[in-house]
Amino acid sequence: MTMTTKPVAETLARQLALVIDLDVCVGCHACVTSCKQWNTSGAAGPLADERAYGANPSGTFFNRVQTFEAGTFPDTDTIHFPKSCLHCEDPPCVPVCPTGASYKRAEDGIVLVDYDKCIGCKYCSWACPYGARELDEERKVMTKCTLCVDRIYDESLPVAERKPACVMACPTGARLFGDVKDPNSEVSKAIRERGGYALMPEWETHPANQYLPRRTASAPTRDSKDDCGP
Amino acid sequence: MNPAMSVVIFTTLCGAAQGLVVTLAVLVLGGALDASNATVNSGLVLAGVMLLASLAASFLHLGRPERAWRAVMMWRTSWLSREVIVLPLFTATVGLWWLTQALGHFVPLLPVICVLVSVLLWYCTAMVYMCIRFLQEWAHPLTLINYTLIGLSSGLILSGALLALIGPQGVAVQVAPFALVITIVAWIARALSLRRNRTIRHASTLQSAIGVRARDIKQISMGMSAGSFNTREFFHPASRAVLKNIKWGFIVLGFAVPAVLVAWFLVSHDRSAWLIAFPLQYLGLLCERWFFFAQARHPQNLYYQVVS
Repeated sequence: MTMTTKPVAETLARQLALVIDLDVCVGCHACVTSCKQWNTSGAAGPLADERAYGANPSGTFFNRVQTFEAGTFPDTDTIHFPKSCLHCEDPPCVPVCPTGASYKRAEDGIVLVDYDKCIGCKYCSWACPYGARELDEERKVMTKCTLCVDRIYDESLPVAERKPACVMACPTGARLFGDVKDPNSEVSKAIRERGGYALMPEWETHPANQYLPRRTASAPTRDSKDDCGP
Repeated sequence: MNPAMSVVIFTTLCGAAQGLVVTLAVLVLGGALDASNATVNSGLVLAGVMLLASLAASFLHLGRPERAWRAVMMWRTSWLSREVIVLPLFTATVGLWWLTQALGHFVPLLPVICVLVSVLLWYCTAMVYMCIRFLQEWAHPLTLINYTLIGLSSGLILSGALLALIGPQGVAVQVAPFALVITIVAWIARALSLRRNRTIRHASTLQSAIGVRARDIKQISMGMSAGSFNTREFFHPASRAVLKNIKWGFIVLGFAVPAVLVAWFLVSHDRSAWLIAFPLQYLGLLCERWFFFAQARHPQNLYYQVVS
């Protein structure tokens, strides 16, 4: 049962990831609720919901959608921004874990937490610049997006449904899922053709998840006045 | 960061115990104190109690303390794991020194090992914070320097208090100049880190956090109505005014007051100066460590600017 601390290979042959299209996301939170539904119903036990019907409800989520406004009125862009674990290729949260509960899988690059080994010291959450990890206040262990590892390999599901719950739920197709190391995959093509980018590249964590920019936000020279009708 | 009192108490208590043991070891090895002296004996017992109390405090930080033993597993990669190994090791060497002494044997190698393991423990503890490169307030050698100097300063003042209570008085006079100099140097080093943090330029911006280049970006919603782990763990609840008071509190109580009291002892040989100095300094150092955590701005906070 002992897990050796084999250092993660510099580049894995396969790296599953999400590519999120900010041009298409409408901020409906369907990915948030479907994620919660799938992951609260799994073998790992329910995700905490504290004071669910109180004035200050709180709970564990693996995925959140935030909203930002860029630019100044009237030239503003509303950006709905889903964020979950980015499954970094060089995840800073993994080597700091004192128990080995946090690990990155060599076969598909998914970063996971072994809930049976986690001591709830929260150190890995300090070591994630993205705030992707949340301590479950009921189980007292660190939790995070698993890329629905208990779904994507499930052979009892039709092949088309072997995708993370958030991808299945997205009504606008803003979430793509696949192997970013396969140059012919849908995600690799999208990153190449649409200028996919990583969050906080300054920390060189090499996030596997990437974002496709807003087409409007990436064209700041457009003359917006011409677009307006009378 | 939101300072956890368990970690604040753990690091300050442990640091003072380390400083006390190092002081006793140097006094014994240097011949200033006889190894069988009552101050050495009670000092080692006190250090042992403080180390056990700090270990207990560190357990309070865990969600699953019953699994704490697992934390020794990843010593190859994790500074936290290394700290978890070295702390009991240090406690054990202190215990062994005390035990051999109690049995009437003085093994000069044991205080030497105690000093070396104590230095190792300061290094491990500081590296736990220093190694997180994007917590820029921590990721600097000053973190190591401060943890070590503050531990030494509080340990020297604690040993001064012990010598004032148990004696011999002459040794307290010998300790005082070192306590004064180390406390002032620790004060300077902490002031340097405060100065560095005041002008720190954070590498991450809201632009890099969400990958939008627009100059003006504001958050409309952070995706939940009433907070989450992300808003509880990484934001401290103190106001700007409270933060400022705590900063001045630790500068005065942690460094200035003990330095003045030790200087007063040097002039007057008034024993009570030590006895007042340690509790006041410890209170100041609790504030110092609280501030150390509170001042660190985690880049994830960029994602949580508006509650709605």
